[in-house]
Amino acid sequence: MDLIPKFMRNSVLLIVRSYGIFVGFAVVVIVVSILEQSFFTLDNLLNIVRQSSIHGVMAVGMTFVILTAGIDLSVGSVLALTGIFCASFEHAGWPVYLVLLTTLSIGAAIGLFNGLVITWGRVTPFVVTLGTMSIARGFAHIYTGARPISEFGKHFQYIGGGYFLRVPIPSLVFLAVVFIAAFVLRYTRLGRYTYAIGSNERAARLAGVNVGAFKITAYVICGLTAALGAVILTSRLNAAETTAGAGYELNVIASVVIGGTSLMGGRGSVWGTLVGALLIGTINNAMNLLLISSYWQLVVRGSIIVAAVLLDRLRQE
Amino acid sequence: MKKIVLSCLIIVLVISSIVLPDGCRRKPKDKDRIVIGLAVPSLSHPFFIYLKKNITDEAEKLGVDIIAADAEDVAARQMSIVEDFIVRGVDGVLISPIGADSLVPAVKSLNAAGIPVATVDRKVNGGDVLVHVGADNVEGGRVAARYIIARLGPDAGVIQIEGTPGASPAIDRKKGFEEEIAKTGLKIVASQTADFNRAKGMSVMENLIQANRDFQAVYAANDEMALGAAEALQARGMSTAEIILIGYDAIPDALVYIKDGKLNATIEQFPGKQARQALRILVEYIRDSKIPPASEIYIKPLAIDADNLDQAERKLE
Repeated sequence: MDLIPKFMRNSVLLIVRSYGIFVGFAVVVIVVSILEQSFFTLDNLLNIVRQSSIHGVMAVGMTFVILTAGIDLSVGSVLALTGIFCASFEHAGWPVYLVLLTTLSIGAAIGLFNGLVITWGRVTPFVVTLGTMSIARGFAHIYTGARPISEFGKHFQYIGGGYFLRVPIPSLVFLAVVFIAAFVLRYTRLGRYTYAIGSNERAARLAGVNVGAFKITAYVICGLTAALGAVILTSRLNAAETTAGAGYELNVIASVVIGGTSLMGGRGSVWGTLVGALLIGTINNAMNLLLISSYWQLVVRGSIIVAAVLLDRLRQE
Repeated sequence: MKKIVLSCLIIVLVISSIVLPDGCRRKPKDKDRIVIGLAVPSLSHPFFIYLKKNITDEAEKLGVDIIAADAEDVAARQMSIVEDFIVRGVDGVLISPIGADSLVPAVKSLNAAGIPVATVDRKVNGGDVLVHVGADNVEGGRVAARYIIARLGPDAGVIQIEGTPGASPAIDRKKGFEEEIAKTGLKIVASQTADFNRAKGMSVMENLIQANRDFQAVYAANDEMALGAAEALQARGMSTAEIILIGYDAIPDALVYIKDGKLNATIEQFPGKQARQALRILVEYIRDSKIPPASEIYIKPLAIDADNLDQAERKLE
């Protein structure tokens, strides 16, 4: 311990505490850029943002939920179910805006269901959303007989596959969602109350905040972003499958946690989530580029999650 | 008010979970008919749904009843399904094990109960099995490699997209493919996993395109990943004339892609034929004690492309 002077140790700790995730992200980017020259190119960077956009968009909604000290495990299944609906509306020849609107509403409705059961029924979010996870997946299988729905119109495919000034549309959607969420969390009553509920629910209640309503809103937002993720995925893949999004909740929650939002609620930001989601996308991309064996990829992904949680611990001390 | 809504919700949930599945439940027809228990890994995956459909069609012809249960890809659940079959006193069991080793105890308890068992598609590494009817995944990998070798120059680069690490079809398909490629001057420039998943197939392909490795062919160990890769290649303006793309399994979606010129070929293993044959042998044994000609029967895999699309088992929809 004495090898490192005390003032240096302190300043390193300070940097890790306040900017840990950003520093970590920068280190990963620099190291991979040195190892593989095709990594740090505009094309590949845009590619990473696009690949991160699906779990990224969902992670923004999840940030709201986790800020209230809740959790939503159903996002992967909600993605599958809304994706299936989205695909069948598109197949039925509905105009794209109507497809979007209806799909997002269904996602929001599932979120509303989660929120109502959690607040009115006073059940822990973990259990309720675990149930919804299974229910939504079940309905997706029932609705299609587990068959994929594929081949959509040009306009719809543009959402996931199109470009605006060389920038992929999904990346723009992702960034737009992050900006809106950041604004809401910072400047609106909804945002401030979300933090307040997460830091101390009792105090918020005593201060006259309608805790239930704002909690429900968080789950509605989470359902909404899951449906948005579904629209992007369905459009990108040109197909919707009932098995889509299995295990996505892990990536989504990991993005939020890596981004420094505390699972205890009340602390964190969507900017962290943005970086967390990009970090996961970057790691996956880098491991492909560097041709790392698939067995090691699992180890690396898991280690990053553990490291992020430890970092969060460090920050609390 | 809240309590009323809450109790209504509970009542609806409980009633629906009891009534809904009951409507779909099959009633046993006849006491003297032969009953075969069918234990497949999952009934939410199109492949196993297709398998089950072939088996129930064949059962209709043979005049036997099938009872099936969904193991939801959990080996322990499949094990208890088999145990339930024993308790119900089925006449025979047709099984496609989730794990080659993990289902050995289940087969052994079937042996102890004197119930004949046949395996289809996947094998079990122990116990007494009447017959195994399956596909030789190693041979399928070789067929895919030969398809590519026949169409490329001597020193072209090939990308391999592997299945879920550790899954036996993933291991075998990789083994056969690499074996055959190694005999030539062709080089595998990248080999990455996409977990048999379409969305991951697309991201992995995108990332490998970014890596700028020189490649003229892509082999994906299943069609889901191949279709994801196809979308990624299409988006980059890489046509099937420049890059040979070959999938595996001959699923209906893949046949559509071949017809549309977005995929060059896929490997057909005739799973329907496998399933029908396994059931026939099992029923003949139960009825007439007829011993099968061999204890392991393999159906030869075939490469399907635009020229022989009509030979695919599942037709274009």
